[in-house]
Amino acid sequence: MIYREAGQFKTSYASDQAIFPIVQDRVVVVLAIVAAFVVPTVMANEYWLQAVLIPFLIYALAALGLNLLTGYAGQLSLGTGGFMAVGAYSAFKLTTAFPPLNIIVVFLLAGVIAAGVGLLFGIPSLRIKGFYLAVATLAAQFFLIWLFNKVPWFTNYASSGTITAPPRTVLGVMITGPEATAAARYVTVLALVAVFALVAKNLVRGRVGRSWMAIRDRDIAAEIIGVRPMRTKLLAFGISSFYCGVAGAAYVFLYLGSAETLAFDINLSFLVLFMVIIGGLGSVLGSFLGAAFIVLVPIFLTNVPHMVGLGLSVALLKQIELMVFGGLIIFFLIVEPHGLARLWQLTKEKLRLWPFPH
Amino acid sequence: MRGRTFAIAALAMLIAAGPAVSPSPVAAQGKEIFIPLLVYRTGPYAPSGIPIANGFVDYFTLLNERDGGINGVKIAWEECETQYDTKQGVECYERLKGKGAALVNPYSTGITYQLIPKAPVDKVPVFSMGYGMSASSDGRWFPWVFNLPTNYWSQASAVVRYMGQQEGGLDKLKGKKIVHVFHNSPYGKEANPTLEELAKKHQFELTLLAVDHPGQEQGSTWLQVRRINPDWIFMSGWGVMNQVAIKEAASKGVKMDRFIGNWWSASEADVVPAGDGAKGYKGATFHAPGTAFKVHQDIVKHVYDKGKGAGKKEAMGEALYNRGIVNAMYAAEAIRTGMKGAKTMPTTEQIRWGFEHLNLTEKRLEELGMKGFGHPIKVSCEDHEGNGPIRIQQWDGKQWKLVSDWIAPMRDVVRPKIEAAAVEEGKKLGYTMRDCSKEK
Repeated sequence: MIYREAGQFKTSYASDQAIFPIVQDRVVVVLAIVAAFVVPTVMANEYWLQAVLIPFLIYALAALGLNLLTGYAGQLSLGTGGFMAVGAYSAFKLTTAFPPLNIIVVFLLAGVIAAGVGLLFGIPSLRIKGFYLAVATLAAQFFLIWLFNKVPWFTNYASSGTITAPPRTVLGVMITGPEATAAARYVTVLALVAVFALVAKNLVRGRVGRSWMAIRDRDIAAEIIGVRPMRTKLLAFGISSFYCGVAGAAYVFLYLGSAETLAFDINLSFLVLFMVIIGGLGSVLGSFLGAAFIVLVPIFLTNVPHMVGLGLSVALLKQIELMVFGGLIIFFLIVEPHGLARLWQLTKEKLRLWPFPH
Repeated sequence: MRGRTFAIAALAMLIAAGPAVSPSPVAAQGKEIFIPLLVYRTGPYAPSGIPIANGFVDYFTLLNERDGGINGVKIAWEECETQYDTKQGVECYERLKGKGAALVNPYSTGITYQLIPKAPVDKVPVFSMGYGMSASSDGRWFPWVFNLPTNYWSQASAVVRYMGQQEGGLDKLKGKKIVHVFHNSPYGKEANPTLEELAKKHQFELTLLAVDHPGQEQGSTWLQVRRINPDWIFMSGWGVMNQVAIKEAASKGVKMDRFIGNWWSASEADVVPAGDGAKGYKGATFHAPGTAFKVHQDIVKHVYDKGKGAGKKEAMGEALYNRGIVNAMYAAEAIRTGMKGAKTMPTTEQIRWGFEHLNLTEKRLEELGMKGFGHPIKVSCEDHEGNGPIRIQQWDGKQWKLVSDWIAPMRDVVRPKIEAAAVEEGKKLGYTMRDCSKEK
C-alpha cells in the first residue's frame, strides 16, 4: 500500500538508471543515512558506539571489499585479514613518518598500498580458480601476518610489536588516539563507509561490475565477448584490497586504538567471509546485513540473559551463545541460501503486493 | 514459503530488539564496590583462565563473608567472558564500565594495551598484575596503570640472577648459552630487550626463538634448541604452547631442571599433559603454591563450607588459583588503602591513590593469613611495580615445590630501561610526565 511504485513514471534515462529508481527507497535510504549520522551521535552511549556501531561499520566496509571480489568477480579469497593488516600497518608507517599528513589521506594511501599488495597476490588468480585460489590467498594471509610479525621496521621497532594509533585531527577534531571521543570516531567511520558504499554501488552497476559478473558467471564466455580476464580479475583484486586496506586502517585507528598482528589472523578472514556469505554474495546491502548479523547477534545474545535476570555462569552463557549463534547461521542458510539480502528483497516484493497478494 | 516468512519475522525481531538490550546500571550502584572481572572460562585458554577466575571470586567472597567487605563496604563483581580475545575484552570493559567500575583486571596483555589509553579518560585504574606493558611501571607517565608486584623485565632479570646463582655466580654466566623461547606476541616479546641487555652485560650467548600463535607446532624450534644445546632455557609461553613446548623438550632430551618458564608458563595445566617428562621443570612465581596457608583455611571455612565456592575445593592451591587470590588481595588492599579507614564508598581517584600508596608489610600479610605466601611490597608514585622479588618453583610430577628463596630483580638494569620505555610509550599516547614531588 505504502510501498508501491504506481504513478512513478521514468521520463529520462537518468531517472531510469538511478540507484534507487523507486521514490520510497530513495527516501528511506536518505533518511537512514541522516539518522545514522545524527541519532547515535546524540543518543548512543559510549558502549553502543565503541562496542557495537563502530565495529559493525568497519566490518561492513571489509565485507563490502570482499564482496566485490568474491561476490561480484567470483574470486574466492581468504586473504582479507592479511590485506586489512597491510592497510593498518601502512597507515601506521605513513602517519608516523609524515605526521602533518591528513589522517583521511593516510587512510586512502594505505588503501592504495593494500591495493598494490592485492594486485600482487591476485596474479595467481589468472591461472587457478575456485578452491585452489582460496588456498593461494590463504598463503597471502599467512605470509603477510608473518612478515609484520617478523620485521620490526613495520612497528617502528616497538619492543612489544604493537602498533598504536597516534592522536590525529581532522578539521580540528581529534579522531584518532585515546583522546578522540567515540562519537567523533563513529562519524568518521560512517562517512568513510557511506562514501565507499556509494562508490561500490556505482562500480557494480557500471561497466566494471558487469565485466566482473561476466567473469564470475562464465569466464570463457566473458573472454569471447571481449572482457579481458587478466585486467578484470586484477582490478577486482586491487579494488577489493583497497576497501579491505581502508577497513584495516580504520580497524586499528578508529576502533581498537592499538593492535598486534594477532588481530588480523585467519579468524578475521573467515569472519569477513562468513559475513559475505550470510549477508548475500554479490550484494552491497548484503555486506551490511552480514556484518550486522555477525557483530550484533552475539552481543545481543550475551546481553539477553542479563536483561532477563538469569543468573547463569558466564562460561555456560558463552557456550549457549555460541550454540544459538551457530544454530541461527544454519537456520538462515537453510531458509535462504542466497543470504539476508535476498530475504530483504523478498520482503520488498511482498510489500509491493501488500495488502492484496495474488 | 512459511519458513521464509518466519525467517524475515525473526530477523526483524532481532534487529528491533537490539537497542533494547543496552546495558543498564545496577540497582545497587553506589553501595557496593563494583569490580568487573574479565575472565576466560571458555575458549582455547580456559584451562588457565578458570583457576584464576575462581581464585579471584573466592577471595572476594571470603572478604564479604568473613569481614563484611572492605571496611564494611561490600564488594560486588560481575564476570564477563572474553575468551582471551581482545575485541571481546574491550566490549566487556565498555559494558561493565558503565556500572561504576572501581578498577579493572584485564587478565590479558592484549586487552591491557587496549585499556591503558582509556584509563585516564575513564578514570578507571588498570591493574595488570605481572602482565601488560612493562613500561607502565613508571607511574610518572602512567598514573592509572599498575603492574605490581613485578613485571616481565624484572622477572627476566631475576631468572638470569637465579641461573647465575646455580652456576656459582653471575660472572660464571660468561660464555654460557641461554635460549629464550617466546610466544610471538607483544606478551612473549616483552622480556627480549632485558635479556639482550643482560646478555651484553654478563656476556652469555642469547638466542631468541619465536613460536607463532597458538604454538601447536614447535618441532623446528626444539630441533634448533637441540642444535644449540643451551645451558639454560627460559620460556615465555601461553596456553597450549606451554604444554607442547614441555612435551617437545622432554622428548628431545632437554634437561628439565635447566628449563625455566615464566609465571604464565608454570601452572598445572602446562605440566600435567607432559606426564613424567615434565618432572623437574621449573617456573617463576611471585607467590607460593599449595594450600598450606591460613587464607586457604579461611576460604574453606567461610566460602566452600557454605557452598559458595566458585570451583572445586580440590582445585584450590593450583598455581593459577593462588594467582587469582593474590591478585584479588592486592586489589582489595589497594582499595582499603584508598579508603583511608572510611566506611564509605571510595571513588576511583581514591582507589588510584590507594594503589599508589599501597604498602603491604610482612605484618599485614600475616594478618591476611598470607605469611610466606607473598612478599611485602611498597608502591610509590614513581614505581607502580614495587619491584617485587620472585621465587623459582619446580614440578615434582605431582605438585609445584618452591626450590629457591626470594630472588631480587636487577633493578639497576631494569629501572633505567623502564624509564626510557615509559618516555617512548607515553609520548606515543601524547602524555606528559607528572612531577611526583608535587603529589600528596
